[in-house]
Amino acid sequence: MSATHTDPVPTRRRVVDSAQYGLAAFLAVVGAVVVWDATTLEKGFADQPVQPYAMPYVVGAGLLLLAVLLAVATACGDVPEAEEGEDVDLSGGSDWVTVAKLTAVFVLNVALVEWLGWAITGAILFAGSAWALGSRSWVRDVAIGVALSLLTWYGFYVGLGIPIPAGVLDGVL
Amino acid sequence: MDLLLEGFQTALTPENLLYAVIGVLLGTAVGVLPGIGPAMTVALLLPITYNVEPSSALIMFAGIYYGGMYGGSTTSILLNTPGESSSVITAIEGNKMAKAGRAAQALATAAIGSFVAGTIGTVLLVLLAPTVADVVVQLGAPSYFAIMLLALLAVTTVLGSSKLRGFIALFLGLAIGLVGTVTGQSRLTFGSPLLADGIDIVVVAVAIFAVGEALWVAAHLRRRPLEIIPVGQPWMSKADWGRSWKPWLRGTAYGFPFGALPAGGAEVPTFLSYLTEKRLSKKPEEFGHGAIEGVAGPEAANNASAAGTLVPLLAIGLPTTATAAVILLAMQSYGIQPGPQLFDNEPELVWGLLASLFVANLLLLVINLPMAPLWAKLLQIPRPYLYAGILFFASLGAYSVNFQAFDLALLLAFGLLGLAMRRFGIPVLPLIIGVILGPRVEAQLTEALAISQGDVSTLWSEPVAVVVYVVIVMIALLLVVAKVRNRAVAQREDVDMGVDA
Repeated sequence: MSATHTDPVPTRRRVVDSAQYGLAAFLAVVGAVVVWDATTLEKGFADQPVQPYAMPYVVGAGLLLLAVLLAVATACGDVPEAEEGEDVDLSGGSDWVTVAKLTAVFVLNVALVEWLGWAITGAILFAGSAWALGSRSWVRDVAIGVALSLLTWYGFYVGLGIPIPAGVLDGVL
Repeated sequence: MDLLLEGFQTALTPENLLYAVIGVLLGTAVGVLPGIGPAMTVALLLPITYNVEPSSALIMFAGIYYGGMYGGSTTSILLNTPGESSSVITAIEGNKMAKAGRAAQALATAAIGSFVAGTIGTVLLVLLAPTVADVVVQLGAPSYFAIMLLALLAVTTVLGSSKLRGFIALFLGLAIGLVGTVTGQSRLTFGSPLLADGIDIVVVAVAIFAVGEALWVAAHLRRRPLEIIPVGQPWMSKADWGRSWKPWLRGTAYGFPFGALPAGGAEVPTFLSYLTEKRLSKKPEEFGHGAIEGVAGPEAANNASAAGTLVPLLAIGLPTTATAAVILLAMQSYGIQPGPQLFDNEPELVWGLLASLFVANLLLLVINLPMAPLWAKLLQIPRPYLYAGILFFASLGAYSVNFQAFDLALLLAFGLLGLAMRRFGIPVLPLIIGVILGPRVEAQLTEALAISQGDVSTLWSEPVAVVVYVVIVMIALLLVVAKVRNRAVAQREDVDMGVDA
């Protein structure tokens, strides 16, 4: 049946998604940590039918096994089906720069939120994320960010009765 | 019946009605909006459970769940890029209809079909859930243990194309569920008091659903604007009605049982409904070119399955879809444990919730038919603002759990995990179900063995448990058979390719 078959696509087996080895390594590390942690647990009460380390051993061993299976599957040419969506365009490459920028904005929020308070860092988070995603109208981004963070702060305070820590703005808000 | 009428009294108070309206509006909006679905929305709204009445919050969440199913069809039809996996099938015929200038009819049959299916599904839910609860309440820990194992296995293997990746997600979820000091000793806390109480599932859910998705989209943001087909007021001719009503009913018949089974999900029933309509249609040649039956059936199926998933959620406390999992989290944050006792312990809440589902369905029909052109406008929201907004509310949701910057760091870490999972095609649902059910599996096993004083045979001492184990073995066998067959096919193809070369 394949005499007239002239498919230019090379054999499936050649394709190896080497990044998947990284995922397999990650699974192996998590599995090893889970097992190692289980070995540090002490035997519980004698009448405790399921010892505290029982589940961790099962889960850790499972993760180690899956790591091996994934590595083998990858070597055999198993390729993942990346997730699609309305705004997702998989035809081009992946734009990791944008992800790095977003991560940086996020880290900034983690570092500053306890000092500056949500009302300020929330605005930075929104404006920074919008910038990272390609918006270039600075004034509007910051204005929306400030409005959102103030609205949510007062919304939580008045509407839900939860005071979000105000940080440096303590007493101002 | 009296209970249901009392439920309507709960659901129709002005306050709860307002929450229902907010719920269906939000649900439709997020169903239409790209990149954000009902599970993510409920996860982002979990902070409101701190100060809103349980019945009001759950009524709103149920509205979001039903609304998301409606809104998803709008994008499928007008954009040909389904946002929810449950409306993938709708896009096949729906978008063809829209391109042929029949967008209004496609939207109408989707909305009315969803209403019909949602209403029938809710009636079945009202009839079934208390009965199931009566049966389940007599089960002991061994049966619960077996049912949870089945749910974990089913969610992992039935959905998605790669079983290996399903199990990877499940075991990562189970590992996250281990963290904490539930068993009396601290596991995987690395000596940190911040982890002693375990990782807050709200943070995990928001991170995996919202942050992971936003980062994934950010890495692949579509630069070309999407082609949106303009649409007017949805309406149907008499002929369209005649062609639609049977598929609605058949779709409902597929959707509800699949939703109610532990494997859950709307993907399989929508697909089956599509195949059935194609086979039964008097005009099979129209399929592939915009057959209205191909929209009516699957749309009814996905709404009926949404109603079906509430059966195991309310009667057993078993979530089978992502949205149901997050609604379960909301209940737990109120200290309410869904399950067989729920109908006795919280009758007002349950029946109010059930009654509100009828209200939500009617509201959805009313707001969807006239407002479809307006919803379509939502698709034009600037993407930087949409995804910046998602990150903003995700951070707020995670921060508001304990007001600790540490939770935000966890949010980022799990968000990056969510990004990696999307990159490597690893399904999200098994992870979330693993985090939720993992500790409960361990607790049921402990309870069963404590009662039997360590005698393992107690695990198959109940008839229900035995039946469930038989089902588990059958699923496992089917998987092995399918695998062997696939391998045989693959080898044959390889031989063919060898001939080519």
